[in-house]
Amino acid sequence: MSFDAAALRAEFPIFTRQTAPLHYLDNAATSQVHGSVLEAMLVHETTSRANVMRGSHRLAEAATEAYEGARAEVARFLNAAGSDEVIFTAGATASLNLAAYAIGATLRPGDEILVSLAEHHSNLVPWQMLRERTGIDLKFVPLTPAGEIDTAALPALVTGRCRLIALTHASNVTGAVTDVAAVVAAARAAGARVLLDGAQRAQHGPVDVQALGVDFYAFSGHKCYGPGGVGVLWGKRDLLAALPPFLGGGGMVGRVESQTSTFTPAPRRFEAGTPPIAAAVGLGAALKWMGSLPWAAIRAHERELLRRLQAGLGNLPGLRLLGRADDLDRLPVVSFDIAGLHPHDVCQVLDRHGVALRGGHHCAQPLMRHFGVDAASRASLAPYSTAADIDALLGALDDAIALLS
Amino acid sequence: MTEEIYQQAIKELAKAAHGAGRLHAPDASVQLDNPLCGDRIALDLRIEDGRIAAIGHETRGCLLCRAAASLIGYAAPGLDGAQLSAVHAEIAALLRGELAAPALWPDFQVFTPVRTHRSRHGCILLPFQALESALVARSAAAERCVSGH
Repeated sequence: MSFDAAALRAEFPIFTRQTAPLHYLDNAATSQVHGSVLEAMLVHETTSRANVMRGSHRLAEAATEAYEGARAEVARFLNAAGSDEVIFTAGATASLNLAAYAIGATLRPGDEILVSLAEHHSNLVPWQMLRERTGIDLKFVPLTPAGEIDTAALPALVTGRCRLIALTHASNVTGAVTDVAAVVAAARAAGARVLLDGAQRAQHGPVDVQALGVDFYAFSGHKCYGPGGVGVLWGKRDLLAALPPFLGGGGMVGRVESQTSTFTPAPRRFEAGTPPIAAAVGLGAALKWMGSLPWAAIRAHERELLRRLQAGLGNLPGLRLLGRADDLDRLPVVSFDIAGLHPHDVCQVLDRHGVALRGGHHCAQPLMRHFGVDAASRASLAPYSTAADIDALLGALDDAIALLS
Repeated sequence: MTEEIYQQAIKELAKAAHGAGRLHAPDASVQLDNPLCGDRIALDLRIEDGRIAAIGHETRGCLLCRAAASLIGYAAPGLDGAQLSAVHAEIAALLRGELAAPALWPDFQVFTPVRTHRSRHGCILLPFQALESALVARSAAAERCVSGH
């Protein structure tokens, strides 16, 4: 089945409104917003804007309906057992901090949490902070030379003290997809829970949390063709029911006395205050749109572009790919280092050609150190990426090397 | 005036790497990171009569950061803390577009094209921040010596 990326591109206002070429290859940082998302948010804000779960007037009812409709859309996207397992947050980072706080409150000194050095800082720093607060032990799954999580090492690492394995579903640097089945098997053998940071993986199609067999899943709206300021923490119903709230405030309480309060069940227990209503509506629209896409054809399209990119990069002098140079079981995310050239400078020159790449440590400093670099340039593709984007990048890299060398 | 960031003068300034290398027995040392991109500078100072007598630095960063460190390497020795603060303030103002041209350090003119690239200002300012931090650290240490703590 063929896939027409150019036609899809026309559905994104940012591409149709450019007066200069735009080759946007920074999707791992933020993807572009689909037109249906903007429309849904505009309709909501102009016809149904009100606070949710608080008023009985017509607008409040409509807003609550839209907000809970978005929650149901998230549940469908994740194949969750129910929308009550879906917590809206401010983003993946907020989701992971919520998880670290709430799960952390159930742990004792000496309990272990297992992470890896391939994590985005968002799935490392909250656990470090938890260790400082509670005295838990933070252990690390080793990485392969290609920077991938070495799941073969898990059985020996996961002890009876391990309470949680918190790993990325897919690397924001190498695009490597974690072998979740191996992680879940090792966790189950020790009675530990599994949390996945899905910030990167979620933008590449619906996720089936039940098939994965994990316990918690976090992702952001702005990486899924939706708005910023909204994200999701999904958790199994029985596990969420046993966790204490993170933030306190309106909307998450039952009865409030002068000294004590009771709390509502999940998910509202974890959504203190007025939630990001319009952003949640936008995320719901984005996930609904994603659910309508032909993902098998898109993955074939992205694999073809990935091979084109890898072949072109392989011809450039002094260029080293971080991670594997194949197209197997991975996301279309490619990071590279060019000897003697700093990624900041490289990406600055690429921008002159309308090519948008991210240069830096990608909030993954431990993984950068694993590869022996301070920073890297990263090209990350989306369904609307085209061969013209790849060719523009390769041509611009020639210019960058000539100018900066 | 060129708007080219990567003009020859900046590339030569970075390549010259004035002041590169660590000092033996410095009076103050600091290490600073740019949280956005991972640029890192380790900077040593030797102070005599309240003025910068020598600077040594190891700078791992982009071309702009290395050029700024190199500029500091040859232009900062001889300055005292107040003079350096004035230079730092002038450079920050120039990057913000509040000044047309640098008066204290005319050679800073080469960075003028970076004004319109706000995300790169931190690359240039990192060596200046390191230098000011080192001076503050040195002053604090000297104060502790005087007060006998």
